[in-house]
Amino acid sequence: MAAENYLPHTAADIDRMLKRCGAEKLDDLYSDVPEQLRLKCPYKLPKGISEPELTRYFDAIAAENKPLRCFAGAGFYHHYTPAAIPALMSRSEFYTAYTPYQPEISQGTLQYIFEYQSMMCALTGLDVSNASMYDGATATAEAVLMAVSASKKKKRVLISATLAPAVATVIGTYAKGAGIIVETIPDDRGETSKREFEEMMGAGDVAAVVVASPNYFGILEDYSGFADICHRCKAYFIVNSHASALGSVRTPAEWGADIACGEAQSLGMPLNFGGPYLGYLCCTKALMRKMPGRIVGATTDRDGKRSFVLTLQAREQHIRRQKATSNICSNQGIMTLHAAIYLSLMGAEGLAKVNELSAEAAHSLARKLCDTGKVRIKYPDKPYLNEFVLEIADQKLSSDKIIEAAAANGILAGVKLTENDLLVCATEMCSPDDIEQYAVMLKSL
Amino acid sequence: MNKELYQPLIFELSHDGRRGYSLPEYQYEDCGYEIPPQLRRSEKLSLPQVDEPTVVRHYTNSSNNNFGVDTGFYPLGSCTMKYNPKANEAMVARAGVADLHPYQPASTVQGALRIYRTLEKALSEIGGMAEFTLNPFAGAHGEYTGLMVIRQYHLSRADEARTRVIVPDSAHGTNPASAHMAGFEIVEVKSLPDGTVDVEDLRSKLDETVAAVMMTNPNTVGMFEKNIPEIAEAVHAAGALLYYDGANLNPMLGVARPGDMGFDVMHINLHKTFSTPHGGGGPGAGPVGVRAGLEKFLPNPRVVENADGSLGVEFGEDSFGQVSAWLGNFTVLIKALSYILTLGAEGIAKVGPLATLNANYIMNSLNDLYLQPIAGPCKHEFVFDGLKDKSTGVTTLEIAKSLLDYGFHAPTIYFPLLFHESIMIEPTETETPETLDAFIATMRKIAEEAISEPDKIKNAPYSTPISHPDEDEAALNPVITYADLCK
Repeated sequence: MAAENYLPHTAADIDRMLKRCGAEKLDDLYSDVPEQLRLKCPYKLPKGISEPELTRYFDAIAAENKPLRCFAGAGFYHHYTPAAIPALMSRSEFYTAYTPYQPEISQGTLQYIFEYQSMMCALTGLDVSNASMYDGATATAEAVLMAVSASKKKKRVLISATLAPAVATVIGTYAKGAGIIVETIPDDRGETSKREFEEMMGAGDVAAVVVASPNYFGILEDYSGFADICHRCKAYFIVNSHASALGSVRTPAEWGADIACGEAQSLGMPLNFGGPYLGYLCCTKALMRKMPGRIVGATTDRDGKRSFVLTLQAREQHIRRQKATSNICSNQGIMTLHAAIYLSLMGAEGLAKVNELSAEAAHSLARKLCDTGKVRIKYPDKPYLNEFVLEIADQKLSSDKIIEAAAANGILAGVKLTENDLLVCATEMCSPDDIEQYAVMLKSL
Repeated sequence: MNKELYQPLIFELSHDGRRGYSLPEYQYEDCGYEIPPQLRRSEKLSLPQVDEPTVVRHYTNSSNNNFGVDTGFYPLGSCTMKYNPKANEAMVARAGVADLHPYQPASTVQGALRIYRTLEKALSEIGGMAEFTLNPFAGAHGEYTGLMVIRQYHLSRADEARTRVIVPDSAHGTNPASAHMAGFEIVEVKSLPDGTVDVEDLRSKLDETVAAVMMTNPNTVGMFEKNIPEIAEAVHAAGALLYYDGANLNPMLGVARPGDMGFDVMHINLHKTFSTPHGGGGPGAGPVGVRAGLEKFLPNPRVVENADGSLGVEFGEDSFGQVSAWLGNFTVLIKALSYILTLGAEGIAKVGPLATLNANYIMNSLNDLYLQPIAGPCKHEFVFDGLKDKSTGVTTLEIAKSLLDYGFHAPTIYFPLLFHESIMIEPTETETPETLDAFIATMRKIAEEAISEPDKIKNAPYSTPISHPDEDEAALNPVITYADLCK
């Protein structure tokens, strides 16, 4: 029987235990389940299989997956995962633990979350970080809910058209329940239109403004003046970024943001077909008590020894129920360990180097692809880090055609924006040879 | 655990000039770029500067200050801390998904999509539902998703007056919090002395303003809601839908399916019932199942079968929206599928009864010393209302802390809120009778010492890496970053 390595009871065990319970058979313990509800026939599922058979099953699955040389980003980036990370994350004292409700035997978890919070505050420049959200999209949606809740009666939120569509959609979904009106600030050639932004702020009823840096098109936008306008109108300024970029680009705090949020997958987390990733959420001290999710704080134990505990729990669902700041409880705990180890190994210097290599690879790639004459940079005068939009110049080609032909050559050419626009990225994982191969492939089309 | 080992923070191990990274020195052609000064980071980034061996030793030592299911018995009620099979972890590496980008062409991720679809179908069979989405990231996220499906269903019928959700007073805190996030007003329904829902009170609250009734079955005191057929009938007659909080699904495996009980929408915590690890607080997964007719309201994106048998990803127009950028915590899904394939139909059917047996065995071995407020049999978990003999004033908190000295994790305490001194114990099916006997012996010893040496119990724990931390101080003067600590 395949299951018995996880289910230890022998027939004799069961008999002895049933006696203690005053029952004769296991079914007696379910006398309260009405007969008409009982499962009449076995589950229509296959018979259990052994471990060797299980590996064959997943090997066959793997054969149906084709990893490609990745030039796609759109919020999720193929960066290197240092080998020490999976080694440490496989410590089962970490990954088989629950949320650290018993601090006396959870200092391991509590300490790495405290380290993670410290590092995210350093990256974003803000004062407070929570102990993670599900992903960048939900983190941004929670940032909006938090801002609206802090601004009391105002329900109008502006989001830039240069946010990733998945992030915008999730914000839109979360807004429905909270009765928030979400309006999009149009883009002006790949950047948030400042003129439209100023006009939309005019009514004075805006609770929050959400922008992205770098934005969905890879562009580093200049948000000078945005925070001032927001704050003059008593609106919160929210900046969404993918975390690794913050090692090199102007930080949310430097833009005057009240809340910083986004996807931390770019801190070397494997792509894993969409997850698990890690949403981060940071804010100013003024907003601390509006923060959703877990927060770890330092204190001392009875012997005066430094200790870490879950804190400010009066914000949370298990205390406040419907009056809580969010329904979120446990979220992406072990991924905060990943982020903490990654940032420890990389340090400021390594992170800057990752950004530099990625930017050099991306700029080299952009020029080589344009040299084929098949494509051109859509926003040539806009600065970018590791990602850019290509406009297809060759009438015979389309985004789909390029993506399909590239996939046949083992290359993930990018993410389709429209039939004519392709979002392309590069990281330190792309060697000069990889870039050359992409260009040769494109030229041959 | 080494109580004496002082564990510094990684920041305190920093030494200027040390580095822990290994990156290529690629020379790219024609790669010039410059970030304009006003777009550059100007504040110095204060991260630790440490070498790799220091990092590895730091986190390894840190893990020694932790307690997981692999360390010892973890009878945390309501959390289903069962063993996390190592095969599940190994299958993540074998499935070949590590380097798959979510936006790759569907033709290159057929294996990954097959994992999704196969798990979705298995959960539909186990839940008695028509279809599942695996996108929600956690149990609470699943609740929110399920309630948004319900909201969309009522709106699609132009039934806009349904603005309220009924939740039992014994429900997990996430239930009312999720309903609130989905835009509903919360109405509480009372519990009877035996912990089950007061059907008459429920009936009196059902009207045309109610969108859904959320139930946990077995409920949070570990009792099966035996009136569920009658409740389902009343809820449906009022035009509302019945939501199943899957937090307590484990004892129902092999016994009964939520769909057959009359539930319309449900979520499952893969990190509870389907053995994926809790990760010290995530990542989990909270798939949501719906009965026939509600599928089209599920969140986007959806995995669909094409006419030629291949799989694709679609965005449906009737969906209420999106709760995730892509298809959820994907590797968690792999682990759950691995578990289901390993156990198979027969193995899964054993899980519920054995989990229930373990719980009843402990309850019947301790109810002479601990106060059992509700007559059994219980299902997968049960609640004691503290010690029977409370004369020395030993509390549930002190009993819980005392257990830590004996190598056991504490049970859930002070939940459910129905009793003052709740101790909620859930052993799960993966524990041997010997482990249960050791736990029972310890609980008896604590109960006896609570009378004979109450001070000993009141000052526990003694052997853990830290003694009792000052949580009030932590909340009063929050120190939540290393920078705060240095101030």
